[in-house]
Amino acid sequence: MGREVSESCIDSLLTEMVSTYCNRFYATKPELAARRIEAIGYQVGHQLSERYTMERPRFSDHLEAIKFICKDFWSEVFKKQIDNLKTNHRGTFVLQDNRFRWLARMSVDPPTENGGLPQDPSALAENEATQLMSMYLYFPCGIIRGALSNLGISCAVSADISSLPACSFVIRIKA
Amino acid sequence: MAPAGPRSGDAIFSSVERVNAELFTLTYGAIVRQLLTDLEEVEEVNKQLDLMGYNIGIRLVDEFLAKSNVSRCVDFKETAEVIAKVGFKMFLGVTASVMNWDADGTCCSIIMEDNPLVDFVELPDTCQGLYYCNILSGVIRGALEMVSMKTEVTWVRDMLRGDDAFELQVKLLKQVPEEYPYKDDE
Repeated sequence: MGREVSESCIDSLLTEMVSTYCNRFYATKPELAARRIEAIGYQVGHQLSERYTMERPRFSDHLEAIKFICKDFWSEVFKKQIDNLKTNHRGTFVLQDNRFRWLARMSVDPPTENGGLPQDPSALAENEATQLMSMYLYFPCGIIRGALSNLGISCAVSADISSLPACSFVIRIKA
Repeated sequence: MAPAGPRSGDAIFSSVERVNAELFTLTYGAIVRQLLTDLEEVEEVNKQLDLMGYNIGIRLVDEFLAKSNVSRCVDFKETAEVIAKVGFKMFLGVTASVMNWDADGTCCSIIMEDNPLVDFVELPDTCQGLYYCNILSGVIRGALEMVSMKTEVTWVRDMLRGDDAFELQVKLLKQVPEEYPYKDDE
């Protein structure tokens, strides 16, 4: 087992990184904040995949590389594997983590029973929480994109949190 | 049941959720790199890292108090020892030592020889003025402020600048008296 730090270290660092970019640097430009957060993730993913593949032969195809992300890479970073992998065999892969670690501790107000008016403050708060969550997710999306790019695969990665605490990452490989 | 005493840094570290340090180290490195790109000025990066640390410190102190069971420290000397032996260990998995006390016991150095933040790090010539680990000094300042101690924390030695250890000077500026609605012994 390599060196470890407490999980609070990484949790606090990510929270603070997101808040620095979203609230301090680009409070009025969320798309710029998102791009920076993704870029930080990209660099981390790129470096980690370099380290984790040092002793391996080259991957023969895209599926092999994606499987590496689902199993070995995910286990190193999150101590568990991706729970479900789907593909349309035309370059799109959906990786589902049933309990994504970085969302597991986030609380979101439960949806209001009566649907609520659009101006309903709790609906607004929920919306804000969802927005904040999607900001966090630019980081793991960047990690996946960086890891694959280091394996020679250029792609776009997005996240879907419609069924919390599960989280799906959608990878679209560029032809 | 006997009241639980303070727990050692080792005991806490082995009981908390841990992650691979590489992820933490590389993430911190990527943040510093992005800040250097976005802010351009090294001085400004130092300031932001310190502020990020401060914000983390004011929140992390709660977890520290909850998990460590430490009771009120009798003096600043004990406080510094607790930070180095329990605080550093329970979060970063390493211990630090406390040295170089001044005569009135308000200023000391926390010395780290092993620092997970700087694994794989080398500073290029272009960022010579950078205090790469400035987030750490911010965390200590923030955490101490939440327990009523105003401090000034500065780097004296930095291995990334060629020194043989990391040395943080922690200076107690003032202790804000706390007012409780109850007495300590009740």
